[in-house]
Amino acid sequence: MSSLSLALRDSSTMLRRNLLHARRYPSLTLNLLMTPVMLLLLFVYIFGDAMSGGIGGGDRSDYIAYIVPGILLMTIGSTVVGAAVSVSTDMSEGIIARFRTMAIHRSSVLIGHVIGSVIQSIASVVLVGAVGVAIGFRSTDASVLEWLAAFGLIALYALALTWIAVGMGMVSPNAEAASNSAMPLILLPLISSAFTPIDSMPGWFQPIAEYQPFTPAIETLRGLLLGTEIGHNGWLAVAWSLALAFLGYRWSTASFKREPK
Amino acid sequence: MTNLAIAANGLRKSYGDKVVLDGVDLNVPQGTIFSLLGPNGAGKTTAVKILSTLISADAGQVHVGGHDLAADPQAVRAAIGVTGQFSAVDGLITGEENMLLMCDLHHLSKAEGRRVTAELLERFDLVEASKKPAASYSGGMKRRLDIAMTLVGDPRIIFLDEPTTGLDPRSRHNMWQIIRELVTGGVTVFLTTQYLEEADELADRIAVLNNGRIAAEGTAEELKRLIPGGHVRLRFSDPAAYRSAAAALAGAAQDDEALSLQLPSDGSQRDLRTILDRLDAAGIEADELTVHTPDLDDVFFALTGATTVPGQNNEPKEAVR
Repeated sequence: MSSLSLALRDSSTMLRRNLLHARRYPSLTLNLLMTPVMLLLLFVYIFGDAMSGGIGGGDRSDYIAYIVPGILLMTIGSTVVGAAVSVSTDMSEGIIARFRTMAIHRSSVLIGHVIGSVIQSIASVVLVGAVGVAIGFRSTDASVLEWLAAFGLIALYALALTWIAVGMGMVSPNAEAASNSAMPLILLPLISSAFTPIDSMPGWFQPIAEYQPFTPAIETLRGLLLGTEIGHNGWLAVAWSLALAFLGYRWSTASFKREPK
Repeated sequence: MTNLAIAANGLRKSYGDKVVLDGVDLNVPQGTIFSLLGPNGAGKTTAVKILSTLISADAGQVHVGGHDLAADPQAVRAAIGVTGQFSAVDGLITGEENMLLMCDLHHLSKAEGRRVTAELLERFDLVEASKKPAASYSGGMKRRLDIAMTLVGDPRIIFLDEPTTGLDPRSRHNMWQIIRELVTGGVTVFLTTQYLEEADELADRIAVLNNGRIAAEGTAEELKRLIPGGHVRLRFSDPAAYRSAAAALAGAAQDDEALSLQLPSDGSQRDLRTILDRLDAAGIEADELTVHTPDLDDVFFALTGATTVPGQNNEPKEAVR
C-alpha cells in the first residue's frame, strides 16, 4: 500500500473512531455550544438595546446582524476546546501506546482528531447560525459565491484553531489542564470586534483587539454576509488561519513524535 | 542468528542519571515463550517498550522478526503484537468496536474484519459483553479484550508485559491457557512477569533482570540448579526434645526461637529415612517435618539480593508429616 493511501485509510479509520466518540458522548460538544448560544441571547435580549447604541444607532435587529458573525467565529473557538480535551484524554490512555506499536500511518491519530473536530465545529456553527436566524438574523443580499466564501472561511478557521487546540491537548498532562490552556480560544473573541466596534474601545486597547486572529475573520464574515467593507481583512484572515494551522500542525506532530516516557 | 524471533545485543537505556538497562542481551528462538523476570523497577517494561518500538534505546542492536529495529521500525511493527502493562483498550467504545477498529487498522476487508472479530470475541469469552462500552468491563475482561485486540492480524511475535498482574487466580490460569495456545500455533511470546510461578509454569527460557542487567538466564531447571539444594526443616514444641534432636543431628542449623532445625537435604526418600532413623534412635518425635526443594523463589532471591518477601519465600513447597 502506498504511503498516501495508507495515510488516507488509517486517518479515516481514526476519524470514524473520533466521530463514534462524539456520537456516543455528545455532552462535551453540546456543553461547549452553550457558551456562544448563551452569549448571543444575553447580548441580544439583555444588553441589546444598550449595545445597539454602540454600533451607531439602530435597533436590536441591527445589533443581531452585527453580533452573529462574531458569535459564529466564537463557536469555532469554543468547539475546538473539545479537541484539546479529547486529545489530552486520548494521550493518557493505553490505546495510544498500542497505536504507536502498530504499522499504521504515524500521524493518523492526530489527523483523525483534527478532521473530526473540524466536522464538529462546522456542525456547531450551523446550529448556532440556526439560532441566529431564529432570532432574526438575515444576510443582506449575499451571493452564492459570498456564501461559499463564508463557509470556506469558517472551515479554514476551524482547521487552524483545531490544530492549535490539538497542540494544546498534546502538551497538557490531563483534561482539566487542556481545557484551561484552550480557554484563550473562547476568550479572544470577547476582546475582538465581535460585540462592539474597535474604535469604541479605549485607545490603548485597540491594537490588542485589532491585531489578533479573530477580528479580521469577523470583519471578513461580516463583509461577506452583510455587505460591509472587507478591505485588507480578507487577506489577513486567510494569512492568520494558514499561519495558525501550520504552527499548530508542526507543534502537534512534534509533540506526538516525542518519545513517551 | 537463524530462527531467532528476537535478538538484542547490548541494550542500554537511561533516563537522566538513572540507568534502567545496562547492557542487556536477549535471544529468543522462534515459537518459544521467553520470560523476563524481575522485581518492580528492574527495567522489564523499558525492555518491552524498546523491543516493541515504543521508545528507542540509547545503545545496542535489536532485530525483531529479522528486521533491524532502528532501520525499519515499521517492518518490526508489522510483525509484532503488544499488550502493555496498562489496559490498551478504548474505553469509550464497545468491545466489538474496539476489535473492528483493530481490523480496520490492519487493513482487513469488512467481511474479514467481522469474521475475525466474531471469532476472537468468541474465543475470549466476550460475546455477551461485546455491545457494552469497554470502560464498563472488569479487569479480567479488559485484559482478555486487550489480548484479543493484539491477536488481530496474526502477529508472529507477541509481547505481553505483566499480562496477569491484577487478575484473580482463575483469570490468571485462563490467561496461561491462552498463552500456551498461542505458542502451539508457532507464535513467539515475550513475557514479563514478577510472578515466579508464572515464569516456571509457562516459559521455555527465563532471564532474570536485576538493576538493568541480566543476572541469569536459562530454563527453569537450569536456574534452579544455580543455587544450593534444598533442606529439611524439623519443628518441635517441646524444648527438651528440641535440644536432644539438635544433639542427635549434628550439623543442623538451629533456630532456638522457633525450636526448629534445618538440615541440608536433596529431599530424596533415602535422605529423609536417614534423618528419621536418627531421630527414632534417639527416641525423639518432631512435631512437624517439611521438605523444601529449591524453586524459582530461591533463585530469584539469591540473584536479586532480596532477602524475604512476606508469605512467599518462607512457604514450604511440599509438606510431609
